[in-house]
Amino acid sequence: MHTSELTIASLPGTELHMRILVIEDDREAASWLVKGLRESGHVVDLATDGQQGLNMALEAVHDVCIVDRMLPLMDGLTVIQKIRSADLKIPVLILSALSDVDERVKGLRAGGDDYLAKPYAFAELLARVEGLGSRKLLDPKDAKLRAMDLEIDLLSRTVTRGGKPIILQPREFKLLEYLVRNAGHIVTRTMLLENVWDYHFDPQTNVIDVHVSRLRAKLDKGFAEPLLQTVRGAGYMIRAH
Amino acid sequence: MLTKTFINTKIFQTSTFRLAAIYLLVFAVSAGSLLGYVYYTTVGLLERQTEDTIHAEIMGLADQYKLLGLAGLLDSINRRSSESNGEIYLLVGPDGKRVVGNLATMPPEITEDQIWSDFQISVGKEPNVVQHTARGFQVQLANEYELLVGRDVQELRQFRDLIREALAWAVGMSLVLGLGGGYMMSRNFLRRVDGISDATQTIMEGNLSGRMPVTGANDELDRLARSLNTMLSQIERLMTGMKEVTSNVAHDLRTPLTRMRARVEAALRQENKAEYKQALDQTIEECDQLLRTFNALLSIAQAEAGQMRQGLQALDLHEILIDVVELYQPLVEEAGGTLTLGESPPMRIRGDRQLIAQVLNNLIDNAMKYGETTEGQGAIIDVRGSTSDNMAVIEVADHGRGIASDDRERVLGRFVRLDQSRTKPGNGLGLSLVASVMTLHSGSLQLEDNNPGLRAVLRLPLLD
Repeated sequence: MHTSELTIASLPGTELHMRILVIEDDREAASWLVKGLRESGHVVDLATDGQQGLNMALEAVHDVCIVDRMLPLMDGLTVIQKIRSADLKIPVLILSALSDVDERVKGLRAGGDDYLAKPYAFAELLARVEGLGSRKLLDPKDAKLRAMDLEIDLLSRTVTRGGKPIILQPREFKLLEYLVRNAGHIVTRTMLLENVWDYHFDPQTNVIDVHVSRLRAKLDKGFAEPLLQTVRGAGYMIRAH
Repeated sequence: MLTKTFINTKIFQTSTFRLAAIYLLVFAVSAGSLLGYVYYTTVGLLERQTEDTIHAEIMGLADQYKLLGLAGLLDSINRRSSESNGEIYLLVGPDGKRVVGNLATMPPEITEDQIWSDFQISVGKEPNVVQHTARGFQVQLANEYELLVGRDVQELRQFRDLIREALAWAVGMSLVLGLGGGYMMSRNFLRRVDGISDATQTIMEGNLSGRMPVTGANDELDRLARSLNTMLSQIERLMTGMKEVTSNVAHDLRTPLTRMRARVEAALRQENKAEYKQALDQTIEECDQLLRTFNALLSIAQAEAGQMRQGLQALDLHEILIDVVELYQPLVEEAGGTLTLGESPPMRIRGDRQLIAQVLNNLIDNAMKYGETTEGQGAIIDVRGSTSDNMAVIEVADHGRGIASDDRERVLGRFVRLDQSRTKPGNGLGLSLVASVMTLHSGSLQLEDNNPGLRAVLRLPLLD
């Protein structure tokens, strides 16, 4: 595979099959969400109110939990707080029709790990859910990150590919670090803007793409196998192996 | 009739009237004591002086009677009565007849059991005899003689009546004026309060251009009315803005929705899988564009509502400038232009990092779209920061076609796009958001001529 562009369908099937808990009261929206997640190879359980959702989450069998912000019987944020006070570390993605930064901060403060405003693109949600699910596979204390023949030394902040050093600007380093931490998973443009630049607005331009293509030029220069791939209609991905 | 009594009872309940009534009471008490004092020191003094004189005289005469006997007394009275000038003397014998004096008989008002008494005397020669009031002191001498000494107090009494009358008038007038004034003042106050109530009623009925009446007296009610009017103007402006936005939104959303509908309809007619897919892809794209428009409108509305003001934090604008320029540089360069950040000092302000970054994002985006010197050549964009007059000043300048001075105000409105052909992507909300975010930060946006090109100048208050 010598191209740097992929489509979701042509992805080398993500080995990650997660069990996902969806707590969402809008049955139609939930059915589309569940359908999409199942098609992506995940096992999905659905709860349609906060109380039921909490009970299911407390069984502690899921890898990721998707919680709607506003739910009958028990508010989404309360569900998350109760999950956290039960000392469950399950990653939680909050879905909400409220898009302002304040709401986002409230959600993350309640114990959510990520926040996605409705309406969302399914590819965006899938990328975030898979990112959350895989997070625990990486040891954050590991000073070295690896993907294919790429190695990142987080202490000396140096990057080598196939033993050859690659010189990166600080921001490019951060961008690469984020991509490698999520190696094997799609990372969307919004995720990059949020996590690498800490901006939570829509720039309405392909401002991220240019940064990624500059990084790619540095990474792939002189190598036959592209490391950083574009996934059409979704985002970018660095292959883990 | 009903309303009249209603208004009347309402007046007595007004604070002005109550205040006036209290003032009136205090005033009446102090005026009463003052007038009492005046009365005491004028009329009282004169009467006391008269009585003292009479008393002294009668004592003198009594002494004379003791020392010189009846003859001496007669002599004295005779002498004094001949020089009489309002003085009254009468000595009557045991038989009740006059012995000496300038009165014919003992006046009937005088009885033996009282010493001081008022009585009537006739004064003047026939036919001009008038009755005067006199005051006298009567003593019993030895051998059943009775002596009366008096004074004509007609003038004194007239003076006393005059003073009393004047005092009564003064009290009466102050009561009438006080009550009347209080009533008038309350009525005036009430009328103005009613004016304000009426204006409120009009506004509540939907006439947003209604305003509180201002009399020009420049008193506290006027000040109140003026602040209320400022508030009403603000509300009216917001409401008008909202109406305008609503109609703009309706208009601007109808176009893409119409397009979307037509496309889907056409695809349905084709019954061809590839056509379906294309139509659906385009529909999603169109939906995303619509969502962006909604999000931008929401951001503007939130910034304008000012609720986010509590969320503002101390931050350094300089750092955001570096960040945003670094974020955009590759994109601008890719398009063949340049984006440079000039000298910029640290600028500590209270703000929302996300919103400020979005503002810079919108300005740079605009400069990229409309700031090209030659079409397709890319824009040369200069960003710089400085401080002046306790304000942080950020300039984003390009060298493109700029904005005509007549359009600089208008372009801040929602959905306003000067590019009539609308060939560039955009929703006409970029500068609106910049303006509303600046308002939220108590700052300003100014569009200037960069000769050629546009220079957007942001001013934000510095933290001290």
